[in-house]
Formats: sequence, structure tokens, C-alpha cells
Amino acid sequence: MKLRQFFTIVSVTLTWLGSISAEAEESASQSIILASTTSVENSGLLAHILPAFTRETGITVHVLAQGTGQALQTAARDDADLVLVHDPEAEQKFITAGDGIDRRQIAWNDFIVVGPRSDPAHIAGGQDAVAALKAIADAQAPFVSRGDESGTDALEHRLWHVATIDPAKARGGSWYRDIGGGMGAALNTAQAMGAYTISDRGTWLSFGNKGDLTVLVEGDPRLLNRYDVILLNPAKHSVPKQALAKRFSQWLLSPEGQAVIGGYEVAGEQLFHPSAAAPR
Amino acid sequence: MRSSKNCCEYEITVIDVRAALGTAELGHIVGLSLTVSLFGTVVAAAIGLPCGAAFAITRFPGRRLLILLANAFLGLPPVIVGLGLYLTLSRSGPLGALALLFTPGAMVLAQAVLALPIITALVHRAVEEPWREYGDALRVDGATRLRSIQMVLATARRPVITAVLAGFGRTISEVGAVLIVGGNIAGYTRTMTTAIALETSKGDLGLAIGLGFMLIGITIAVSATAFVLGGK
Repeated sequence: MKLRQFFTIVSVTLTWLGSISAEAEESASQSIILASTTSVENSGLLAHILPAFTRETGITVHVLAQGTGQALQTAARDDADLVLVHDPEAEQKFITAGDGIDRRQIAWNDFIVVGPRSDPAHIAGGQDAVAALKAIADAQAPFVSRGDESGTDALEHRLWHVATIDPAKARGGSWYRDIGGGMGAALNTAQAMGAYTISDRGTWLSFGNKGDLTVLVEGDPRLLNRYDVILLNPAKHSVPKQALAKRFSQWLLSPEGQAVIGGYEVAGEQLFHPSAAAPR
Repeated sequence: MRSSKNCCEYEITVIDVRAALGTAELGHIVGLSLTVSLFGTVVAAAIGLPCGAAFAITRFPGRRLLILLANAFLGLPPVIVGLGLYLTLSRSGPLGALALLFTPGAMVLAQAVLALPIITALVHRAVEEPWREYGDALRVDGATRLRSIQMVLATARRPVITAVLAGFGRTISEVGAVLIVGGNIAGYTRTMTTAIALETSKGDLGLAIGLGFMLIGITIAVSATAFVLGGK
């Protein structure tokens, strides 16, 4: 390849890049960035509901699937236009710090304790999540923790706190495995190690590599999982797309948006229960 | 520990990727992977080729330091590049006004940063030898620096192509940096590597492996094309 040919290729590709980015810019003016949790993205909920919103409004929603902690951080740095998360305590801090306004619940489901069918800690069939964690710790049975400050991770740590067990101290032992990863990674790890873990119902139902894992504990009121949408506070953030973000938030809460959320099913099972009218 | 009789429950069926993702989404993922990697490589080559050649045929203060840096950054961790660019391009960062974060543009930038030291260092090595052989002749002919760089790159064409392909290999296979600065947004910044990471985390291992085969096939096709075109 001669140098002149090379520079011809460079200029042609740069022109191409220019046209692509111009196109992207055009669509970017009608797009917002939603910082959200892996559970609503990986479960397929957003892929199910967003086309309906885009059809109606022409607004494209770009989804960042992060843990709740990271999603709130992203928004606090001004890198997202609104958030959809599920950790009431972290959300309250976000609002108290002046970063967020207009928190509204859009849907709920629940967390579940999953583990191997062999169930070495004998927790199957129970409804008390705290008792189940105590039994797992007593049996020194392998337990996979997200360890990523996500909503699920925060719930897990609240449960350990109620159980008066400090998993940080237990890390010297071999049974408590803090993997610092998403829900899918935690389920993959638990499946491979024959370990227990806590999952949100949505990710669990849509997860494709369950192997020997099964639901062992469910129905504890402490396992309630609430999803809230929060706008950024214009007093602290530049909010260049607040109008579009507000429109999306209002659509999620509207009867139409709520119906689309409630209509999402995997294998005949409803994953999210719309709750804008009656927050739990 | 899992007993051996369980081994065969884990047979993974490689599924039809196009049917699972849909032609439009798959097309976008493959197209974006290729576009971002090619642009990243082109930008890196546009800087790395002349720089690598200049390192070999000219002498200037700081030259040895630059060569050392190019070689040291052969192993530049993508996740560090991603994090550095994330902080730089964040709306609350120094270049936030460009609004590049979570766009394909940011991914091209990250890829270019990763490929630049590879192309520069390998081109430098490729050009050293022919310059020792023909440098004096070029100087006697009164060739300008620019002309010398052109001549010496043309002479070392094959290893120079290998250098550019090594840069491309880095960009097409990279996941850490594009995940951080691109955000793996469906239909916008999702590449083959970030899609594979995502499908793995969803437990859709068959789909992840299917995408993996496609990625390897595409990499081979691109390299083979460059090899054939450049080898003539």
C-alpha cells in the first residue's frame, strides 16, 4: 500500500465518520440517557417498553445498565438525564444531597434467595430471609455476594445487619464470596460453585444458565423490591434535556406506560407489578 | 465440588445469533464493532505511522523517551484508558462540553489511544533496518524528511501492515475501555465484545459463543483482506 493510497483511505473513512456522527447528532437531540440497574435491562423489561415510548414521542432512550450505586454516581456526575433504580436508602441520600427530585415508584417485584437443590443449609421452603442467611452462615455454606453497591447488594447487607452477622468479618472464611459483579455474574458464579445468592425476581426469571439453582426462600416482606424513577435537580445540574426526561418519567407513570410494564412476561410469568397509582 | 456425573448437563448449544438478536440489531452490533475499530485504527495509524518512522530516521530531544513510552504502553490496560477518558469526557470533566461520553465517538477515541503505542512501536522497529540500509542513499539524493518517511514506510510495507493489523486486533477485541466510555447502550454503543459480556451475564451462553465465533470470523476476514491487498 502506497502512502498516497493510505491517505486516500484515511480521508474517505474520516468523511464516513463525519456523516455517521452527523446522523448520530441528529438523533441525539431527541434522545436521553437513562442510568438504570442491570435488573430492568437484563430482564428485558426496558427492551419491551421503550419501543412503545419511542413510537409515541420520537424520543430515543439510551440505557446504561449499571448497579444502583453506579447509576446514581453517573447521574450525580451529570452524565445521565434521569435514573431508574431500586435502593430506597441510596435514593434518599441522592435526593438529600440535592442531586435528585421527583422520586416516583413505577413498579415492584421481589427478591428471592436462590441456591443449589442439594440445599446444604436446609433453608428451602422458608419465608424468613434473615433466618435463611443465619442458617447459611451457620452451615458455612458458600454464598455469593454482589459486592458492587447495587440495590440488591444493599438489600443483602441490610439483611445481614438484621441477622447481626458481619459478612466483612466472614470474608476470611471460605464460604462468603464477594465477586464485585452484576446480578448475572453472581448467578453464573453461584451456579458454578453450588452456592446461595440473593437475586431480584426479574433477572432470575429471564436468566438462561440456572443449571442446578432453584428458588429456596421467597415471600418475606423484607424482600420487597421497589423501582423508582428520579429526575435530576436543576438547582445542582445543568439538565439540558429535562423536558424529555420529564416526558419519559410521566409516560412510565401514565396508565399506558404502566400497562406496558405490567404486560411484560417471561414464560407466562409477570416480572414487574406496576405501582404508580398505589406505591408499596 | 460438582460430581462428574453432572458434567453433561452443561452442554451448550450454539444458537442462531441472527434469529436470537434480530437482523437489525445484529447488523448494528457488527457494523458498530467494525466502524469503531477501523476508525480507531485509522486515527492511530495516521499518527503512529509517521511518528514511528520519524523516530527511526530523525534525531530530536526527547526521542528516546517517546520510544520508551511507546514500548511501555504496548501493555496499556484498556480499563485505565477507559477510566481516564471517562473522567475527561464526563459532563463534569474538562472536555464535558463536547458531549462525547457514551457515544461511538468516545469509543473511537479510546480505541485510537490503545492502538497508537502498538502501531508506533512496531513501525519504529520495522523501519529501523531499511533506514540503516537505504538512509545514506536517500540523503545523498537530497530527499526531504517527508519524502524519506514515505520511502522508508513503502520499503518496510509488510511489517508496517502487520503493525497496523496488530493495532486493529487490539481495537476489535477490546472490551474494557469501550464498555466504560460507550456504556454498552443497546442499538447505539453496543459492540460485539460488550454484547458477548452482556449475554454471558444473562446466562445466554449459547448466544455469547455464537457471537464469539462471528467476532473471530470477522477478525480473520479483515486481517486476510489487508494481508492480500498489502502483500501484492
